[in-house]
Amino acid sequence: MATKQDVKVLGWSASPFVARARIALNLKGIEYEFLNEDLGRKSDLLLKSNPVYKKVPVLFHGGKPVCESLLIVQYIDEVWADSGLPILPADAYDRAVARFWAAYIDDKLPNQTPVLLGEADEATKAEALQQMSAALQQLEEVFEKCSEGKSFFGGDTIGYVDISLGSYLGWMKAMEKIAGIKLLDEEKIPRLVKWAERFCSSDAVKEVIPEVDQLVEFSNVLRAAFNAAASPSN
Amino acid sequence: MAVPEKGVKLLDSWISPFGQRCRIALAEKEVEYEYNEEDLSKKSDLLLKSNPVHKKIPVIIHDGKSICESLIIVEYIDEVFPGKTNILPSDPYARSHARFWADFVDKKVYDSGSKLLKSKGKELEEANKELIGIFKTLETELGEKKYFGDDAFGLVDIAFAPFTSWFYTFEAFGGFSVEEECPKLAAWGKRIKERESVAKSLHEPSKVYDLFSEIRKKFVDA
Repeated sequence: MATKQDVKVLGWSASPFVARARIALNLKGIEYEFLNEDLGRKSDLLLKSNPVYKKVPVLFHGGKPVCESLLIVQYIDEVWADSGLPILPADAYDRAVARFWAAYIDDKLPNQTPVLLGEADEATKAEALQQMSAALQQLEEVFEKCSEGKSFFGGDTIGYVDISLGSYLGWMKAMEKIAGIKLLDEEKIPRLVKWAERFCSSDAVKEVIPEVDQLVEFSNVLRAAFNAAASPSN
Repeated sequence: MAVPEKGVKLLDSWISPFGQRCRIALAEKEVEYEYNEEDLSKKSDLLLKSNPVHKKIPVIIHDGKSICESLIIVEYIDEVFPGKTNILPSDPYARSHARFWADFVDKKVYDSGSKLLKSKGKELEEANKELIGIFKTLETELGEKKYFGDDAFGLVDIAFAPFTSWFYTFEAFGGFSVEEECPKLAAWGKRIKERESVAKSLHEPSKVYDLFSEIRKKFVDA
């Protein structure tokens, strides 16, 4: 039985990738210690435990590091297979489909975020918005097919694709506010909008994804720091 | 309602290192399958129907259901066909470690290699440096092990194996030697060819070189 000391997550609370690890642990009912990584300076622990990418999240289990958010979720599902509910489907084909859509989400969504929140010109931002909206439209169709009328991509309970996409919901709402765009559009993706409400209000998720205003504030801090670093007086 | 066709079909393209991963995995598991060579300039209806999202090879179709993305396909093959060997280890930590390094190969080798093949001058120098750096990282991970999977030939070996046929081409265009820069990696490259699954799935390096020389002549040197 894992004790809290056995399991740690290294990350920062605004990161959607870190959220994935925490949501998965919550779904399995596993207690863990959250180690807050300072954004301004990568810790020795991070550099030592993820020397290849030097990125969060890192999961520590019995002192051993696991890196890459989706791999961490799969690890959690496999190690604690007897705790909580399964995150990946039991059937091999369904597992392959879930992995496919998680990879799709990571391919299509994160790259657009810095563009939409940054200083790119209008045309570039419009293109990024179009890409993101098209991906969400595709995922609306996937949800209809995968959920089979149930609450989540995973069926009755939160699964792998839910975690992969759901972890971005905080930032999607923040982007809507910051960039004045509509991503979670009830008219275009009604099922996903309702799914998003269910996902965000679930016990495993609600304390993990920060409030929109917190993320907006965080984004302002990040942008100020970025601009300060780029300023000619430095 | 049509009954799905039984068996395994692989939609692929001869030069694709991603397709080769699937061929190696199927051979490791001794699975019989039908190989369909796709003309990527004129994609078949079957490909477009089986991979409507990306329209890319490889795709395997197993009893009528299609699975896309090479590493996802390899894991699927491992899970569904028991065979004599396991491609992934059974221990969850070892599995996450294997997936991490297979993913590293996926993220880094093809893009960096392609950059090298398409560039010249300063750009080529930088691409060269980047690719050698990636190979050195992989060599550090390999260490003194027989395979990336330690004693067992596994996921990371399968992920990287097809690129060994590209070493000669990288060396010729980049002006470096894999043997000199990464002797352990070069030795691993020779070792894996002793496995039948790899030997029959990989191309002669000269064939890869000829293809990319042609492409380079048309698009880079022109």
